[in-house]
Amino acid sequence: MTDTAASARHASLGTLIIGNCQAGVQLACSLRELGDTDPIVLVGEEPHAPYQRPPLSKAFLKGEITADSLTFRTHDFYREHNIELVTRERIVSISRDGSGGTAVAESGRRFDFARLALTTGAVPRQIPFDGSELEGVGYLRTATDATQLEQALGSARKLVVVGGGFIGLEVAAGARVAGLTVTVLEAAPRLVGRAVSEQTSEFYLQAHRRRGTRVVLNAQVVRFLGEHDRVTGVELGDGTVVPADVVLIGVGVIPRTELAEQLGLAIDNGIVVDGSALCSDGFTVAAGDCANLPNPSITPGGVARLRLESVQNAIEQGKVAAATLLGLPAEYSTVPWFWSDQADLKLQIAGLSGGHDQIVLRGEPDSEKFSVLYYRAGQLIAADCINKPLDFIAVRGALNHGQNVPADLAGDVTIPLKKLVSAAPALAGK
Amino acid sequence: MPSVTYISATGRETAVAGFAGDSVMETAVRNGVPGIVAECGGSLSCATCHVFVCAGSVFPAMEDLEDDMLDGTAIDREENSRLSCQLKLGDADIRVATPETQV
Ligand SMILES: Cc1cc2nc3c(=O)[nH]c(=O)nc-3n(C[C@H](O)[C@H](O)[C@H](O)COP(=O)(O)OP(=O)(O)OC[C@H]3O[C@@H](n4cnc5c(N)ncnc54)[C@H](O)[C@@H]3O)c2cc1C
Ligand code: FES
Repeated sequence: MTDTAASARHASLGTLIIGNCQAGVQLACSLRELGDTDPIVLVGEEPHAPYQRPPLSKAFLKGEITADSLTFRTHDFYREHNIELVTRERIVSISRDGSGGTAVAESGRRFDFARLALTTGAVPRQIPFDGSELEGVGYLRTATDATQLEQALGSARKLVVVGGGFIGLEVAAGARVAGLTVTVLEAAPRLVGRAVSEQTSEFYLQAHRRRGTRVVLNAQVVRFLGEHDRVTGVELGDGTVVPADVVLIGVGVIPRTELAEQLGLAIDNGIVVDGSALCSDGFTVAAGDCANLPNPSITPGGVARLRLESVQNAIEQGKVAAATLLGLPAEYSTVPWFWSDQADLKLQIAGLSGGHDQIVLRGEPDSEKFSVLYYRAGQLIAADCINKPLDFIAVRGALNHGQNVPADLAGDVTIPLKKLVSAAPALAGK
Repeated sequence: MPSVTYISATGRETAVAGFAGDSVMETAVRNGVPGIVAECGGSLSCATCHVFVCAGSVFPAMEDLEDDMLDGTAIDREENSRLSCQLKLGDADIRVATPETQV
């Protein structure tokens, strides 16, 4: 094909979005909102129409909601907006030519494109221990995983969670409410170590223990034991065996970069993108859990790049990526935020605490209503708020508007944080 | 099926058929009605599903958490402000207005 023939072919092709969950759906919707009328194909390998993941480790396991109620958009919506939704197709190879390219699914189906977005998300990090294949041992990422876990928990009495991160703790908390015996095994010396400070980790340790969950820190899992192909326990380094009917492994996720690798894109803990979600080839965009982006907060001393795993990030980056594909100026600059519901413990995090040099505790952790505020050079940069929505709202607002809360007053719970927000940020001084 | 009418900040009305038991937020999001962002998917964590309930549409009183979260909406709350993820549809038709912005 000549170059002109190739570009004529691609011009009519529009955008291919690979990965049809939070970031992909947002990207497709944003393209339409921005006035794009070219074809949009949104392809994913899962059998379901795109759905929300957060409830999978929360309300879904309690049986409060069904998989159907997690669907983002109706089929009519996709039809009316002329977004072709393709499910059950896993893209296995991809190549670029002059002005576009072609992706091929496992089934052999071809998808030609003029514009390309990778929103491939992440997969659970697997652990290689003996016995991982036993029935009753599982991971939690998809609706299919969640359905299996729900069924397994239904008849179980003993749950062991490997990994004390958000997903594991959410499932553990729910299972305790349902009356199961729950043990959390964490390899590190504290819980949710990657995301929160020691204060917040310590709070979660105590709060889960108060709820009757057994938490083992510095736990060294050696293998899973079973009988008749079903898991019966987890063996630790010191030889003890923790009995289990169900084991959930929640030890983090790995970004899906296979396709980006085929395209020769820069990769470093995720697909490397710039502030406008553009990849190193200057053509492809990437968004969501699979992308490694420049740190959107101005926190010298903090990390320059990061990969965020949150709904808010997938939405924001999806919007930015859509604008970039259409040649419109866009820059990811919002304050990241995150939430985690662990039974009756509501955590809301605003901002990124990396690079903090001061912590102010607001309230008493044992009361299960308190906030941890993070400062750098006198400037508020983030907060973990536990059952304190008012604090969260005040901090998120302040950060969004470049405001500050004086550190010497922030610990006084008798003054609402909102009243302490000061218009001008403190002089950083360094 | 109850119908839900969403009135945008510029006065544009969008009516969609809802299902009893679904929330005003879910009904909007699934049908792509603009004006409601709902980042947290209804878990009362984001305050980006703010609506003004129109006269004649009635919902049960709000709980403390919703009340607290309403203090943090992008557009200031008013007397008739609610978080639409907490408003479950019954059999009656509903009208709500959406604010100019949610974030
Ligand atoms: C149980 C659980 C609870 C969570 N709770 C919270 C929470 O409380 N708050 C919060 O902010 N975040 C939470 N998250 C994280 C949040 O869900 C993710 O950050 C978000 O889903 C990321 O969206 P994404 O579109 O980038 O990736 P994903 O949701 O992973 O979507 C990527 C999609 O791409 C598909 N795909 C990948 N490669 C291919 C291919 N080659 N061909 C076809 N399809 C492909 C995948 O199958 C997948 O469906 C939770 C996640 C889980 C799993
Ligand atoms: S959807 Fe987040 S508070 Fe209503």
